[in-house]
Amino acid sequence: MYVAVKGGEAAIDNAHTLLAHTRRGAPEVPEITPAQIAGQLTLAAERVMAEGSLYDPALAALAIKQARGDLVEAIFLVRAFRTTLPRFGQSVPLDTSAMAIERRISATYKDLPGGQVLGPTFDYTHRLIDFLLEAGAEVPEPARADAGDAVVAPRVTDLLDGESLIERETRADDAPAPDITREPMEFPASRDQRLQVLARGDEGFLLALGYSTQRGYGRTHPFVGEIRFGEVAVEFVPEELGFPVPLGNVRLTECQMVNQFTGSADKPPQFTRGYGLVFGQGERKAMAMSLVDRALRAHEFGEESGAPAQDEEFVLSHCDNVQATGFVEHLKLPHYVDFQAELELVRRMRAEYAAREERVEEEARE
Amino acid sequence: MSAAETGPTHGYNFAYLDEQTKRMIRRAILKAVAIPGYQVPFASREMPMPYGWGTGGVQVTAAIIGRCDTLKVIDQGSDDTTNAVSIRKFFAKTAGVATTTHTAEATIIQTRHRIPEHTLKAGQILVYQVPIPEPLRFLEPRETETRRLHALKDYGLMQVKLYEDIARHGHIATTYAYPVEVAGRYVMDPSPIPKFDNPKMNMSEALQLFGAGREKRIYAVPPHTNVRSLDFEDHPFRVQQFATPCALCGAEGVYLDEVVLDDRGGRMFVCSDTDFCEERRAQGFTGTMSPDWKGEGANGGRQANER
Repeated sequence: MYVAVKGGEAAIDNAHTLLAHTRRGAPEVPEITPAQIAGQLTLAAERVMAEGSLYDPALAALAIKQARGDLVEAIFLVRAFRTTLPRFGQSVPLDTSAMAIERRISATYKDLPGGQVLGPTFDYTHRLIDFLLEAGAEVPEPARADAGDAVVAPRVTDLLDGESLIERETRADDAPAPDITREPMEFPASRDQRLQVLARGDEGFLLALGYSTQRGYGRTHPFVGEIRFGEVAVEFVPEELGFPVPLGNVRLTECQMVNQFTGSADKPPQFTRGYGLVFGQGERKAMAMSLVDRALRAHEFGEESGAPAQDEEFVLSHCDNVQATGFVEHLKLPHYVDFQAELELVRRMRAEYAAREERVEEEARE
Repeated sequence: MSAAETGPTHGYNFAYLDEQTKRMIRRAILKAVAIPGYQVPFASREMPMPYGWGTGGVQVTAAIIGRCDTLKVIDQGSDDTTNAVSIRKFFAKTAGVATTTHTAEATIIQTRHRIPEHTLKAGQILVYQVPIPEPLRFLEPRETETRRLHALKDYGLMQVKLYEDIARHGHIATTYAYPVEVAGRYVMDPSPIPKFDNPKMNMSEALQLFGAGREKRIYAVPPHTNVRSLDFEDHPFRVQQFATPCALCGAEGVYLDEVVLDDRGGRMFVCSDTDFCEERRAQGFTGTMSPDWKGEGANGGRQANER
């Protein structure tokens, strides 16, 4: 005898209790702290800040703990929290040329003012599992520069700009930038809206799209003009003061991709830009973002288009992993009402098909 | 409602959303009501439940709910499915409002995939959760293009799709999310309700609001509005028919769920609207699989869809 399934509420509560228990793992192993996550799994926390679009290392670390290390879930937690925060205004545009540089490399010049600063990078490491880490070996002290030797590093694109070799990027007006989290985006989107969407877009999705442009699906002839990573001061102008006051520092990765442009009837040949900017040390994401940003500008330069990475609606509508994961995973919600409707149709059509076959057979016999 | 009011959940506003956000959503709702069937873009917020799980419906409900409201939440017609339980709990927690499973008692009903069997009355609001608000989306993936088609009232694509279904299958092969024309103007996606429920939308006394969170759209069907399911003169719109009545309450002319009983083809059909079914059983109606089945004719011929 079938009894309509009841007690969904108790089942949900039990599932959540079990989740909390599973999250804790083996009780004989010490519990991980958010401070450990923020300090030692920094790149995970920074990815959560970048795609969660909220600069708060402690909160990102807590979200990672709560999400059992599932970064997309952690990003979702941060986004849902962010949505409840009041917004008191827009900062002064960040000056990344005044960044306290931890890493700065250019692929277009061998040497340049400010030099090449490798910083903490996986590049050139041999990807051999380091069993010493398991043993907890002591870490050697890094070399330190004197405090007086602060790196002054003008942006590579500014150097090119001096020769008018690269397109100029200037704000058309002083109107506040649109906020994609406060106003619904409409297509075609402005570049500032596009960059906002890409900045919080899924690293994996943008990586694949950026990669596709390198393999010929919307080629952009890119050079890494510069990647820089470090701390930048955030300033804000309170209305009652009328001058900027510092709010604090954020760690950022900026990528300036320099791309070929052969010129058109009304424009001389000039290099163009693709831009990537993310919270934290997120080089892969910043590079992928700048490739996709440039690919999305194909129309602007009258370039041949049609590749996925050049399709604004396709890229912007699908790069948000919180939206994507929600909609993909919603398929596990019950759909039996709609499935029933399909069952009824398929059964009816099969019955009609069988009747038709039978008729044909009968006619053949006659 | 003043912004100072706080819900029972510390640190969050009444019904979770802040008052500015609610105001923004209410403006979108008012516009939607003024232009029946038109999809109004709104600045959908990130909600504490996943996109695709009813964030649009939740935002609409949060924007319209007041302390005196009574909320019912259903998913697949049932109050007990996991997502319905979760959303009902969310509002019980963040707004502290009364909740119910009885359709007649509710002032706001949030739904996923069904319209209740009980005819809705004036003063009630039905809030639909919508995954893909654009009825033309699967015919034309581009938003820029579909907005133009709506503006020009160019629904040829849809007509051709329905015609091709008939030419190929002998039927219109759309069984849910069946497109409707609202107030003689906009073609609208009724959300993935079975087409069985489409006629209930027509001239309903209740206000019907549709929220699509991920897609950032709100649309509406005001009370007493013409809602016509698209069809052809020689292929008129028809709803699903079930061969048997509900096995538990004997109701006919209602939407049924098919429940698999064993691996030998055993099936039973029961009301999808669990509240409706329970109410009938409380009134003494029985079905073939009720413990106290009273036999054929026991229900006095009263049909469930008598309204």
